[in-house]
Amino acid sequence: MKYFLQRIAFYLFTAWAAITLNFFIPRLVPGDPVQSLIAKFRGQLSTEAINSLYVLFGLDDDKGLWAQYIDYWKQLFQGDLGLSFTFFPSPVSEIIGDALPWTVTLVGITTVISFLIGTGLGVFAGWRRGSWTDGLLPVTTFFSSVPYFWLGIIAIYLLTGPDSFFPSSGGFDSALVPAWDQYFIPSAIQHSLLPALTILISSVSGWILSMRNMMVTVSSEDYITVAHAKGLSERRVAVSYAARNALLPNISGFALSLGFIVGGTLLVEIVFSYPGLGFILLQALGAKDYPLMQGIFLVITISVLVANLLADLAYLLLDPRTRKEG
Amino acid sequence: MTTIPTSSTAQVIPGQGAMAAPDGAKPAKAKRQRFLFLKNKKALFGLIILGLYVLFAIIGPWITPYDPDARSNDLIQPPSADHWFGTTHLGQDVFSQVLDGTRPVVFVGFLAGAIATVLSVIIGITAGYLGGKTDDALSALSNVFLVIPAVPLMIIITSILDSASNLLIALIIGLTSWSWNARVLRAQTLSLRRRDYIEASRATGEKTWRIVGFELLPNLTAVIASGFIGTVIFAVLSLITLAFIGIVSAAGWNWGTILFWAQGQQALAQGAWWWFVPAGLAIAFLGTALSLINFAIDEFVSPRLRSAGKTKLKTASGGTVRMRIGFTPVLSNSAEPHTQARAIPINTDGATPVARKVGK
Amino acid sequence: MEPVLEIRNLNVEYGLGDKAVRAVRDVNLTLHRGEVLGLAGESGSGKSTLAYGLTRLLAPPGVITGGEVIYHPEKSDPYDVLGLSDKALRAFRWAETAIVFQGAMNSLNPVHKISTQLTDVLKAHDPKMSEHSRNARAREMLKLVGIAADRMDAYPHQLSGGMRQRVMIGMALILQPQVVIMDEPTTALDVVMQRQILGQLIELRERLGFSVIFITHDLSLLVEFSNRIAIMYGGRIVEEAPANTIYRDALHPYSKGLLSSFPALRGPRRELAGIPGSPPDLAGMPSGCSFHPRCPKAFEPCSTHIPVLGRPDSPDGAARSVACWLHPTEQPVG
Ligand SMILES: Nc1ncnc2c1ncn2[C@@H]1O[C@H](COP(=O)(O)OP(=O)(O)O)[C@@H](O)[C@H]1O
Ligand code: SF4
Ligand SMILES: [Mg+2]
Repeated sequence: MKYFLQRIAFYLFTAWAAITLNFFIPRLVPGDPVQSLIAKFRGQLSTEAINSLYVLFGLDDDKGLWAQYIDYWKQLFQGDLGLSFTFFPSPVSEIIGDALPWTVTLVGITTVISFLIGTGLGVFAGWRRGSWTDGLLPVTTFFSSVPYFWLGIIAIYLLTGPDSFFPSSGGFDSALVPAWDQYFIPSAIQHSLLPALTILISSVSGWILSMRNMMVTVSSEDYITVAHAKGLSERRVAVSYAARNALLPNISGFALSLGFIVGGTLLVEIVFSYPGLGFILLQALGAKDYPLMQGIFLVITISVLVANLLADLAYLLLDPRTRKEG
Repeated sequence: MTTIPTSSTAQVIPGQGAMAAPDGAKPAKAKRQRFLFLKNKKALFGLIILGLYVLFAIIGPWITPYDPDARSNDLIQPPSADHWFGTTHLGQDVFSQVLDGTRPVVFVGFLAGAIATVLSVIIGITAGYLGGKTDDALSALSNVFLVIPAVPLMIIITSILDSASNLLIALIIGLTSWSWNARVLRAQTLSLRRRDYIEASRATGEKTWRIVGFELLPNLTAVIASGFIGTVIFAVLSLITLAFIGIVSAAGWNWGTILFWAQGQQALAQGAWWWFVPAGLAIAFLGTALSLINFAIDEFVSPRLRSAGKTKLKTASGGTVRMRIGFTPVLSNSAEPHTQARAIPINTDGATPVARKVGK
Repeated sequence: MEPVLEIRNLNVEYGLGDKAVRAVRDVNLTLHRGEVLGLAGESGSGKSTLAYGLTRLLAPPGVITGGEVIYHPEKSDPYDVLGLSDKALRAFRWAETAIVFQGAMNSLNPVHKISTQLTDVLKAHDPKMSEHSRNARAREMLKLVGIAADRMDAYPHQLSGGMRQRVMIGMALILQPQVVIMDEPTTALDVVMQRQILGQLIELRERLGFSVIFITHDLSLLVEFSNRIAIMYGGRIVEEAPANTIYRDALHPYSKGLLSSFPALRGPRRELAGIPGSPPDLAGMPSGCSFHPRCPKAFEPCSTHIPVLGRPDSPDGAARSVACWLHPTEQPVG
């Protein structure tokens, strides 16, 4: 439990650090972005919205940095991430709220599946090292070096088309209205298959390689020899002794790589015009929509922290050494 | 686009300290081993490919058959003798763009790798060696940087810094990607610090910078090298990413920019596969070469990972067996002695005893 | 005495072809029913290789290049362990020969409870055994080695080194094997704990009647706890004799040196001569008697001819053998 509390404290600290970083980012923006915005939406901005923007950008000169910082936190706690320029006058929180479920579902599910498949294959490759499976390593190395989004482009080129089952863009059939019904859900799944496959193929290799190496390393531990000496079945030695231990560092690796993976998946969304965070990030970048960018960064960071916490929980359950003594 | 740690030197098993700590207790051996490193096929192959990339990074812009920006009337032409990789919508030569784009990629990759490596060495070794409060603070710092998603952060910073140069991009990537290596180095330093010869140096009051410079660093070479290579891979992919979403267009051609234009001009819809395939393959082969070097470093540091070599053996009776953990192969189970030495009584009168055959 | 395990010309190499290192060379050794056979030698002399090679447990690049390991079951005909199929070998392991490993610290799987690790071996060898009786048996074994039954649910990291080693001993005896091989079972423990655990083991042996191959580089422990002692050098057995015969009257110069490098437990103190030089490099083994570069008594044939383990001309006719040109042998053993 102590371990877990420590982790929670760490994530809170990191969240604080990320939010503070987020506070400073717009203060780096040269010039007065709010003025240009006011000019752009002449007369459409309420005084309140303008004030909120000034707080966000730290341009309310009459206040000290500290007071600005406090105001920023106050806004955050009200769920106010400012207004988007691109989708003006929608609040950033609303736009992110629409996009987040798409990303979480696509990236979350795919990443977990990729981890499970990769780990499984890695167990196999590590256990059977020296056999034909070693021949697959160059292939997996190559695939793990390919950028996600490029593979996406190739997939679109090769697999989509007028007669293809796979749609080349979007998150659902544009003729449909998002709803939990028998039309929308299958369409959403159909649209997610190719992006998911892209992420899967380019990320699975990394898991195969790391799990294989952990298996090889663990296989020469004494307790594996003991397991063989005990006359246990091959399966039990491989799974319950070797893989079970090799899994632990791989889970830490999983938690720590999430930040990297998210970066790659954002681009897959862009390539597939998938209505998630990556796609709106691209639009935000094009329009220099700082509030939206900031909001997306914050949400991604917090999602990654939550995912890390979940991975920690899994670790806690799998490694008795981290549990309370007794 | 990911840098999943596949390296065992990068894996830190909790409760067991650092895995695969380099066995550097014998500096005399180091030179021979460094030489042996090149005997590793993966290392050799990786280094040769990397060498080619570096070569093209240097001479690329001079040997391009066309000016990569020059337009021509050959619009969207498939590969031909004139245009090896075909042309773009403006009739630009894709081959020239790929060649010209090699330099920024290699430059940003290596510079960012170097920045991140220097940072990680300073932070990781300081934390591991000094311990205590310093360690707590530095570890917290690197863990924060570790979990904050680097790519989105880079994207936002780069986009704020409008029209960033390659130098600035390398700086941004380097400053956001040092944490993983710092963590690994900290763990390795911790485990090295507990070794006898380091403890002995500390006990005799040797100066800290001497211990770090002459005892710690040489033993961390492989880990540092592996971290550097890993960061170069990451930096290359990051640059490509930034270029692909079009926020570094000011920095000239690189493979990401090519892909950006290909994507923006609907190269796919026009069937212009040659527009995006070469740049993608260039990235993939560079990444593969760097990964191979890292695998070789890994095997070098942790012999357990070394390729098992030949694993199929012939038995005396002509069958084959495989080497595997848990069941040692038996080549022959005849009870004949191998060294055919026979008991020969020694005569006290001095006659020399004779053995049929003397074993090696 | 009746043999239970006969090793005949066992040869083990690490690696293949030119780079192969011969770690065990033409070893002949017989373990008798109910005895404790001590195996001594400097580190690197091939003791562990011999012990794990017997049941084919050596990891790559270990290869058994020749030899037989004849096992004599209590009631049926003897057979060669090295000739068993994988399936038969799995059934043989632990049921007939159990091993307590060098460095018991890492012998237990860190992620499973002690109980799981004790009962999975029962399940593997007797799938029909009920869970209840498996647990009962595991508790019984823990009691046998002096561990409270409530530690069943402990994880290895929650036990002290001594307790872990006891768990390993309990685990080794759980299927009532005929042979227990102990490879430096107590090296990591303090002296008091070492003796306590070994004493306990000897007592169990008297009760349960298994035989022990006891490996250590600590000759004083061996002399105290074993019936017979075999000395290994450079992958070969160089001398083998009853424990007190070796202690009183070692014939091989290496045995003598080894004995004198440890302080004697009882009786007059011997000269602490030690053995100058270092163990041979297995890759470049000296010709002839591999001990000759270090041997104070080396003479003419030593550097060219390999002495074979044989029965020496000894006045008392003791059942012993030695491989040294100083002691002419009549016939090779084995
Ligand atoms: N995995 C291995 N690869 C190569 N050589 C090995 C390996 N394991 C042991 N050896 C060699 O075999 C010799 C005998 O080792 P070992 O049986 O462990 O000796 P002991 O148990 O007597 O200390 C050692 O000198 C060592 O060089
Ligand atoms: S054979 Fe010769 S060298 Fe070997 S132990 Fe005997 S006397 Fe010494
Ligand atoms: Mg040993």
